[in-house]
Amino acid sequence: MKFVSAIIKPFKLDEVREALSNIGVQGITVTEVKGFGRQKGHTELYRGAEYVVDFLPKVKLEVAIKDDMLDQVVDAIEKAAATGKIGDGKIFVFNLEQVYRIRTGETGPDAL
Amino acid sequence: MKKLLSVLSLVALIGMSAIATSGISYAEDTAAEATVEAVADTAAAVDAATPEAAPAAAPAEAAAAPTPVPNKGDTTWMLVSTVLVTLMVIPGLALFYGGLVRQKNMLSVLMQVFMIFSLMAVLWAIYGYSVAFTGGNAFFGGLSKAFLAGVTPESLGATFSKGVYIPELTFVGFQLTFAAITPALIVGAFAERMKFSAVLAFMALWFTFAYLPMAHMVWYWDGPDAITTAESLNTVVANAGWLWAKGALDFAGGTVVHINAGVAGLVAAFVLGKRIGYGKEAMTPHSLTLTMVGAALLWVGWYGFNAGSNLEANGYAALASVNTTIATAAATLAWSFSEWLLKGKPSMLGAASGAVAGLVAITPACGFVGPMGAIVIGLVVSPVCYFFVAKVKYMLGYDDALDVFGVHAIGGIVGALLTGVFVNPALGGAGVVDYVANGVAAYDFGAQMTAQLWAVATAIVVSGVVAFISLKVVDLVIGLRVSEESEREGLDTTEHGERAYHA
Repeated sequence: MKFVSAIIKPFKLDEVREALSNIGVQGITVTEVKGFGRQKGHTELYRGAEYVVDFLPKVKLEVAIKDDMLDQVVDAIEKAAATGKIGDGKIFVFNLEQVYRIRTGETGPDAL
Repeated sequence: MKKLLSVLSLVALIGMSAIATSGISYAEDTAAEATVEAVADTAAAVDAATPEAAPAAAPAEAAAAPTPVPNKGDTTWMLVSTVLVTLMVIPGLALFYGGLVRQKNMLSVLMQVFMIFSLMAVLWAIYGYSVAFTGGNAFFGGLSKAFLAGVTPESLGATFSKGVYIPELTFVGFQLTFAAITPALIVGAFAERMKFSAVLAFMALWFTFAYLPMAHMVWYWDGPDAITTAESLNTVVANAGWLWAKGALDFAGGTVVHINAGVAGLVAAFVLGKRIGYGKEAMTPHSLTLTMVGAALLWVGWYGFNAGSNLEANGYAALASVNTTIATAAATLAWSFSEWLLKGKPSMLGAASGAVAGLVAITPACGFVGPMGAIVIGLVVSPVCYFFVAKVKYMLGYDDALDVFGVHAIGGIVGALLTGVFVNPALGGAGVVDYVANGVAAYDFGAQMTAQLWAVATAIVVSGVVAFISLKVVDLVIGLRVSEESEREGLDTTEHGERAYHA
């Protein structure tokens, strides 16, 4: 099993969710986050007081999937989240040791 | 509890000492207790002082003999204006300032403005009105109307037109709101770091020894009906406040309210010192939406402040109202375009700041200048204030958190000086009324500007000195600043035990 964590532009969330649903991903967890990469931040100016805002708002989405879906999932996120401009985000892939469904106690791929 | 008691006793002490000092200083002055408002008294004083003028004045007095009845339109306008100025303070100013501070200090600012308004309202009724608006000497009034003694629904207050009166209580209520907004303006300078108890104690002191004398010096006179001849004019000048006598023009409070509060703010910023992390940590406004709402309420309420200061609903009130709109609009444009040119983007905060700067600058001028003069005042004030808040503040290194000095004192000074320029009828101004000739007086640039400079300088000195001493006294008695820990935590939870927002 794999655990995929993707940082994307907030306004791309709906497209990514749709793309993942279309390939059969059962559940997604979304968090509003802030951070910076190569895009860097921007400056804000309040009556002449200048502040550099390093951390830009992004959305982090997390999905747990079976191993054979990984390529499809990465591909779907890449396509749906891309604008071609700096700041589109990143996808991190982890090996997932175990999953438990709390309600039934199922484990492993059955619990996904 | 102990802390609360000490604060209350301090406030009470201040009030008592104010009463005591003025009582001692002016005990010998009992002769000159002529009230501005009671026509009969005023006329008597004029007659007594200038017996040779009495025969000439007699026919006029005979004609005006029946007690004047206030016009219901004027009375209504003053009641509405009073509500409008209240609107400026407890929602307007509070939200304008509140939006500009960090989230953790939102309630502290709202609370300071709300409580200062309430405290000043009570002090005004107890001794403020009397000290500001009864005869005493040129700098300080007397206590004949302390506790609003003798002010009844029947008593009358003078306006700027002969034979036109309003109920004195409308004047008391209207001026109360001025006395309440002025100290509240200072809050912006020391926001996010001052102890709440120290705020109240400082405000009571500053109100008593800076606001009341300034109001008396600029606005106290015997009223137009006391002036019939050159001799009676001299009597009125002799009885009037110091700056009124100098011929300083301040229609709605540029010196009394804005320079006065702004300079106190600057002194407070220096005496309290910078906020922890100033210049290193981001201190961004937590809600410019609320700041815009506050600025808009200030703008709307300011019609009561400016046009209400005419005390009558007539053409001059209309002039003040139109000038208020035009100057404010011009200043909003000027600030936004300055910022756009210099920094690349026109900001909402810039537009709101420009509007307030324009409102401040037109305040002393609104009933004296013409609409074209108002446009120039608006266009000039914004770049000057912008320079002070965006450059001078950083050059001098003081932390005037919400720019009380840069906007109110500087805007007030620009307005006070330009009033002296654009009152000139040749530049479209309304001129100064000559109550002896009952026409417009000849304009003298040098004399008018000298008077304006006197007013500006007096406000700076009085407010600066009183603010400094008051802050030092309060520092000794209760201390000015909250602990470092409280400041980092935010004043909402540490001083007031609550939070503005629950996420």
